[in-house]
Amino acid sequence: MNIWTYILKRLLLMILVLFGVACIVFFIAHVIPADPISAMLGGNAPDEVIKRVEAQLGYDQPLIIQFYNFITGAVVGDFGLSLRTNNPVMQDINNYFPATLELTIFAIIISTVVGIVLGVLSAVHRNKIIDHFSRIFSIVGVSMPVFWTGLLLLLLFYYRLGWLPAAGRLDFFTIPPDHITGMYLLDSLLTGNWEVFKDALRHILLPAFALGLLATASIARTTRSSMLDVLKQEYITTAKAKGLKKNVVINRHALRNSLIPTVTIIGLTFGSLLEGAVLTETVFSWPGLGRYITQGLLFLDYNSVMGGTLYIAFVYSIANLVVDILYAVLDPRMRT
Amino acid sequence: MSKSTAKTKTGWVQLMRPYFEDMKHTMYLWRRNKLAIVGTIIIGAFLFIAIFAPLLTPYQPDVQNLSNKLLPPSSEHPFGTDQFGRDILCRILYGSRIAIQIVLIVTVISSLIGISVGVTAGYFGGIVDEILMRITDMFLAFPRLVLAMAFAAMLGPNLANMIIAISLVNWTPYARISRAEALRVKGQPYIESIRSMGASNFRIMFSHVLPMTISPVLVQLTLRMGTIIITAAGLGFLGLGAQPPSPEWGVMVSDGRSYLIDQWWVSTFPGLAIAIVVLGFNLLGDGIRDMMDPRLRR
Amino acid sequence: MMDKRGNLLNVSDLHVVFYTYRGVIKALNGVELWMNKGERLGIVGETGCGKSVTSRAVMNLIEEPGKIISGSVVFEDRDILKLKEDEVRKIRGNEISMIFQEPKSSLNPVMNVGFQIAEVLGKVNNKSIKSQYKAAAEMLEFVGLDSERVMSMYPHELSGGMAQRVMIAMGLAPNPKLLIADEPTSALDVTIQAQILELLDDLVEKMGNAVMLISHDMGVVAEFCNKILVMYAGNSAEYASTEKLFKKPMHPYTTGLLKAVPQIGRTDELKAITGTVPDLVDPPSGCRFHKRCPQTMEICKKERPPFIQVEEDHYVACHLYSQKGGENK
Repeated sequence: MNIWTYILKRLLLMILVLFGVACIVFFIAHVIPADPISAMLGGNAPDEVIKRVEAQLGYDQPLIIQFYNFITGAVVGDFGLSLRTNNPVMQDINNYFPATLELTIFAIIISTVVGIVLGVLSAVHRNKIIDHFSRIFSIVGVSMPVFWTGLLLLLLFYYRLGWLPAAGRLDFFTIPPDHITGMYLLDSLLTGNWEVFKDALRHILLPAFALGLLATASIARTTRSSMLDVLKQEYITTAKAKGLKKNVVINRHALRNSLIPTVTIIGLTFGSLLEGAVLTETVFSWPGLGRYITQGLLFLDYNSVMGGTLYIAFVYSIANLVVDILYAVLDPRMRT
Repeated sequence: MSKSTAKTKTGWVQLMRPYFEDMKHTMYLWRRNKLAIVGTIIIGAFLFIAIFAPLLTPYQPDVQNLSNKLLPPSSEHPFGTDQFGRDILCRILYGSRIAIQIVLIVTVISSLIGISVGVTAGYFGGIVDEILMRITDMFLAFPRLVLAMAFAAMLGPNLANMIIAISLVNWTPYARISRAEALRVKGQPYIESIRSMGASNFRIMFSHVLPMTISPVLVQLTLRMGTIIITAAGLGFLGLGAQPPSPEWGVMVSDGRSYLIDQWWVSTFPGLAIAIVVLGFNLLGDGIRDMMDPRLRR
Repeated sequence: MMDKRGNLLNVSDLHVVFYTYRGVIKALNGVELWMNKGERLGIVGETGCGKSVTSRAVMNLIEEPGKIISGSVVFEDRDILKLKEDEVRKIRGNEISMIFQEPKSSLNPVMNVGFQIAEVLGKVNNKSIKSQYKAAAEMLEFVGLDSERVMSMYPHELSGGMAQRVMIAMGLAPNPKLLIADEPTSALDVTIQAQILELLDDLVEKMGNAVMLISHDMGVVAEFCNKILVMYAGNSAEYASTEKLFKKPMHPYTTGLLKAVPQIGRTDELKAITGTVPDLVDPPSGCRFHKRCPQTMEICKKERPPFIQVEEDHYVACHLYSQKGGENK
């Protein structure tokens, strides 16, 4: 199979899945709540207020019409107005999502680098100190609830040591960089604004570290086991028999093969990072999409919940698609 | 009379011998795996605490005593007290009952959903398989916590609804595993011969395919128990799960956030409890998986 | 016994063990072998007799859980087991190279063929890998492959025979003094086997490399080699020139092996050796073959037979020919 056919097939499948995802989201927001409007407005709102809000949200129409409106809106990114912020939901998403993306990407970069290095070291020095350390770190790392790790980091680095700030993406008086991608680190780099870059970096360190811990642990674990597997393969003996240096054997011959399963885990990890982001953003008051959805849920702001959730599912599916493609690129066996 | 009992007894022992041998080997592997032992001890302690919580503490989990509020750890209150003067250790001990309740109910519900979907899809194949697996894909397209949050919030945030919500997002791995297993079993020749004897689809599925899927699903179940606790605590922390004054651990961590600067113990200890129990489940799950791994059974 | 018996390679008293959960596997138990320049030595024996371990040990490539516990592997005048890792690396690939049983899994799946051959050339000639592509292509033509097509192919796209040709190209590219071929044909189709052996025969003839051919197939070894070492359960059992070994096998195990080989025109009964290969965690005392040996004596259970010369180019480890065994008779 040609790689482009493969991508096309995956894309079509993704569209189908996304339609299903939209159905689930609609089901959650419109079918499960018995009486969404009065739940939203509280028990004793006057009838005419309820009627007005119902009409405003389109809840007075039959479900099938509501569903049609939701789907046709979703296709063009129109999720209606947020009741909490009074902005179009899509505009809110555009504001909040770059923060989440920045946090997630930063966390995944840290955890990929640290995780792969730890995993490789662990496998190459099997049963030595570094291996024991890395294995214990991995299992403890996946066991710590991310919101708790976040609080501990805050306690240490903000309250006790005072080295790093506790909340938000920038200091109160720092003016955000010109909007290019919405990711402050990238934007400040692009505009050469070093002061803002430094400030943004200081703010992102703690949440990214808290968020990345889990991912680091699972990446280290996968890399270790796949590396051990690869080191037993015959082509590694061939490479050694060629008289290549140990680090050439590992870096050139073993690493790429062992990264194939790791890539899958990084992709899966992206999902766990997105959900971790919901919690991390709450702990560090990070104005991202996860926090937006959480607030929406607590205030029963249906439109923002539906829009936000659907958007996250969309991003997640794209990430999975990218992983599959990367997989095909890394492993020539997948290409034919 | 006594003779015949003795005979049946040896007969029974004889019959069960391979199982004993297998068990002995499993025990041997278990003893060699130090981390699995640690996991077993943690989970054992966790179960013990959950059962005997009232006997282990002189305090009540939800009786307020404002004159004792926010006391630091001491011999009287080893983990200190919270903003309402409740003993934190006591609340953590009682919280274990909630945690275990969540784990057990979620495990039962989600494995039931997962196995039914998986076995049906694998057994019937074709269009049924296609539809069920696409539905599974749809659930997998969400980050799990986000979907659980949405379910929990819309059902109304409380403990019971949270349990339903987690179950609704947690069944997918079981579905995939039992489907794969059902596909494998279906291909076995003996299924064909049972069918030729006129057994109904339902009967074959129930008494021949289903039992074979249990063991791989069981491994996955233990591996996922830690995740269930973490998800539940996360929902509690966000205010979308159990509600105060419940001594659910996530709720307790969230409670302590406002006092983090000066009364660090309020959040720290419940979080530690989560981490230790989850660690226990992870170690145990890893151990069980390793023991089931035929490559390691050599 | 420490005298030099071959001018290329002298392996003596080689002991290798593997640590497993079942216990320590005594895989090699004092192996003796030697080779001259340009000579072709065949090593034969049943599965698990230590042929492959011997070949790995010659390159000092025994890995955990295995360990070389004693002995020497003198290549020309250097003891490979005593050299520093850096110096051994200069011998591997440059002076000794190796081809394996499973050619497809012995090639790295994520690199194309050209790169993998150029890589060894680059290492040997101390040049960049890129600069060696031309030479690599020439090597591919040399082993009878269409270099233009094959250079950019990945291992999974090759057939078994093609893959083994690639391995041979890779092994011969540096023109090594010794080529170790570990069962190079046993994973291939019968028709391809003959082709590959012929090719190897041809190329080695041209280039004059010494070859250590490891095989369980007496026929293959007889055709290809001029010296043969028979191994049994981690020991050298018998060493002789091909002619002498077939004409006058001395060790009862060799006799048994030859009887088990079908030959055209053979009329006597085909006989398998009775018993099974011993468990090397707990090997038999004395001569490791005594439990299966038709001519076993009392001394065989107690003492390990020495590896002694009985005539020119003919050595055997058996009490039937040793002094002590003789006394006993």
